[in-house]
Amino acid sequence: MSLDRSDVEKIAHLARIQISDAEKGRYVNDLNGILALAEEMNAVDTQGISPMAHPLRMTQRLRPDQATEPDRRELFQGIAPSVESGLYLVPKVIE
Amino acid sequence: MHKKTIIELDRGLRQGAFTSVELTRHYLERIEQHNPRLNAYITVATDRALEAAERADSLRRTGEAGPLAGIPIAHKDIFCTYGIKTSCGSRMLDSFVAPYSAAVVERLEQAGVVMLGKTNMDEFAMGSSNETSWYGPVKNPWDETRVPGGSSGGSAAAVSAHLCAAATGTDTGGSIRQPAALCGLTGLKPTYGRVSRWGMIAFASSLDQAGPMTRTAEDAGLLLQAMAGFDPRDSTSSQEPVPDYLAGLGADLAGLRIGLPKEYFGAGLDAGVAASVEAAIAEYLRLGAEVREISLPNSPLSVPTYYVVAPAECSSNLARFDGVRYGHRCQDPRDLTDLYQRSRAEGFGAEVKRRVMIGTYVLSAGYYDAYYLKAQKLRHLISDDFRRAFEQVDVIMGPTSPTTAFRLGDKADNPVAMYLNDIYTIATNLAGLPGMSLPVAHAGGLPVGLQLIGDYFQEGRLLNIAHKLQQATDWHLASPPGFD
Repeated sequence: MSLDRSDVEKIAHLARIQISDAEKGRYVNDLNGILALAEEMNAVDTQGISPMAHPLRMTQRLRPDQATEPDRRELFQGIAPSVESGLYLVPKVIE
Repeated sequence: MHKKTIIELDRGLRQGAFTSVELTRHYLERIEQHNPRLNAYITVATDRALEAAERADSLRRTGEAGPLAGIPIAHKDIFCTYGIKTSCGSRMLDSFVAPYSAAVVERLEQAGVVMLGKTNMDEFAMGSSNETSWYGPVKNPWDETRVPGGSSGGSAAAVSAHLCAAATGTDTGGSIRQPAALCGLTGLKPTYGRVSRWGMIAFASSLDQAGPMTRTAEDAGLLLQAMAGFDPRDSTSSQEPVPDYLAGLGADLAGLRIGLPKEYFGAGLDAGVAASVEAAIAEYLRLGAEVREISLPNSPLSVPTYYVVAPAECSSNLARFDGVRYGHRCQDPRDLTDLYQRSRAEGFGAEVKRRVMIGTYVLSAGYYDAYYLKAQKLRHLISDDFRRAFEQVDVIMGPTSPTTAFRLGDKADNPVAMYLNDIYTIATNLAGLPGMSLPVAHAGGLPVGLQLIGDYFQEGRLLNIAHKLQQATDWHLASPPGFD
């Protein structure tokens, strides 16, 4: 299976990355090249094999449901592109 | 001073032959002299380094200092450093000053190291040549027309050219071992979970692991000792106790069973690299080891598997860079979607965009089973290959990289050709095993790496095996001309 320009537009939108018309042809080629590599996986039958999500097969550790981190909002907001009254600012979403 | 190992520098500091402030100034001068050519550092932290050196000198005077106190090292720019820019090689984070330090940085700080600065790297650690960095490529000190490898290319070039005593790196598919091989260093990727990932900017969370890049195995053991250990802030941090890595370095290798995977010596391996690797294996035979051929039958599938798993995880991890809370934001966004799309388009380079898009695609509805689930199943098979191999042998050896350092620009336009550089290193990450690269005899005047792969949590054994080779040979002492 191979991607065309409209697939690439759709993927770019899902990934929230703007791509120009000039770039689209390049991405069609590059992504198809990578997918052709990925499709080499089909050489092996994996029926009945369980997927491996974690290298050490460890179980998820739990901790008591208690707040352990201090409030560092001002420090974190100090590096934000735009804040006001303790809030992160973005363009208006609702008219 | 700058050609000494950490062990030798510690001795010099202890005996008062020089102070950490003198040593730090010396490295800072070398950085000023050589870095404009090599581009190994993104940020040099002069004031902070000298303050840390003064603290280390006072600690040394009390007689309570550990072996790393006052040793000048560099951190890959993927580790958050409080108050110092952390760019991850990306325009996205060009103005990002981390509000906290990574666990690795904290632990090494507690051990008293001096951070000279932050090293250049492929953008978000995605690359094998250091050419995807927003800050431009790093040059290989052995031949400045060639790449240092990647993604920890700045760390490798900095240690190789003696612009620091050692450096940290991270390895998701070979990013410590491959640049160590191409620059002639000792590089160790520990078992997944051995070193905390907290504060290390995430690329592919089920594969990422931090480790040391040094001149010798002994130095790697010293650094790993300080870096390793359980950290409750990393949800996949291992609770396995950390052994004394230096204590076992001298163990005899008689009877050591070395496995040579036939898949690692086939087509695509450069003849010069093969000869250097074979010469190193012959040295191990002289040290009393035994060699047998083994097979890792699924290893040819590790590259396709990796280039599904890693982009999938990267597309999810890099979703956080949205131009809202930190990082690059585009000018005058029309609306929220425009803010996201343009900030990410401007902030990310071509390779990062490719991987985010591939990852988005393989995780999208209708394609998940064919790509991501398939890859996770293959990961199981690849990992089982190693389990079977370690029933027969103690360590696996082979080349780290199929070729020596290639020329800048040679593979930059062909992502798939670039990915095939990682053919021998990727399976280790997929399985979560520890791996090392050791410098062996040069081929065509360029460094070659011998790769060691061990069973889970066998870092101590790998260091021992590496150290014995370094005691018997002087390959690791080679230094690039022009940086004496």
